[in-house]
Amino acid sequence: MSAHAAESAHKQTRIYRIIGAVLFAATGATVAAAEWHHLGITLGIFVAVFIATFKGSLVAGYFMHLFTERQAIHWVLMLTAFFFVAMIGLIMWTHRDQQGQPHGIFTTSPPAAQPHSE
Amino acid sequence: MSAAIEIPYNSTERPDTGLYNAKLGVWLFLASEVMLFGALFSTYVLLRTGADTWPSGAQTLNVPLATFNTFILIGSSVTMVMSWASLQMKSFARFRLFLGLTLLCGLIFLVAKGFEYHEHIMKGELPSYSTFFAIYFVMTGLHGLHVIGGLIVNGYLWGPGAKMWRTDPARFTNRIEVAGLYWHFVDLVWIFLFPTLYLLPGK
Repeated sequence: MSAHAAESAHKQTRIYRIIGAVLFAATGATVAAAEWHHLGITLGIFVAVFIATFKGSLVAGYFMHLFTERQAIHWVLMLTAFFFVAMIGLIMWTHRDQQGQPHGIFTTSPPAAQPHSE
Repeated sequence: MSAAIEIPYNSTERPDTGLYNAKLGVWLFLASEVMLFGALFSTYVLLRTGADTWPSGAQTLNVPLATFNTFILIGSSVTMVMSWASLQMKSFARFRLFLGLTLLCGLIFLVAKGFEYHEHIMKGELPSYSTFFAIYFVMTGLHGLHVIGGLIVNGYLWGPGAKMWRTDPARFTNRIEVAGLYWHFVDLVWIFLFPTLYLLPGK
């Protein structure tokens, strides 16, 4: 191993330790945010998902080397992301349930039952 | 007598993709895993939003134990990547130490998960108890199986599989990188499972 490669590997291990510390801190922040009830449900969910996404990006970017990875991997992951978003989106933007009632995720309350007119 | 055929691009990169075989293979496998866990996450979203009431994860599940497990799994990801970096620095002893720590963390995670399951089973909170517990056991159970799979692979690479370091160090380093990619993915799944299952308030 050349001196340059050894120096580069030493730098990498320093970065991995820092990322690990940030991940530990972010986990503490997630739990603290969940305990802080003033956020409300919607904001609470947003904060939890935001911190999880931040942590996930650090793991994928640094530990899985995605930030410096080859283009072929990025294409594979972009295709996966497309299908993943399509799968989640089809559910999120559903407007009717199996019985044909408008009970989509963005429908806050089910409509009142219509009386049967004979 | 037939001559042994050498499979190319085990340790060198293919000129077209710029990747060695196993790395491309494991990323394609991880892409399929994203869809598997994605399907379960979307099922969870659908069930949760479609239900009139849903229990609070914080009040139903053991959050301190799950928080402990999150720290353990993140710690194992750090030691996993350090084991690969150690091989890059040609330090086999440090590799053994870090991969050993990764294995230990994985085992601690499973033991803590076992305590958590035991607690629920003793209270009669089985998957048949409610939709919440059905999805909780399916998602954490599948994740647990992935942890077991990772431990088997890492255990092999720590033990008998480590002999390859003497004969083909470049290929062995690649094997550790690929095993690490899988292990980090398992950590990644837990990073999303933890807040969505344990911390979201009920309704």
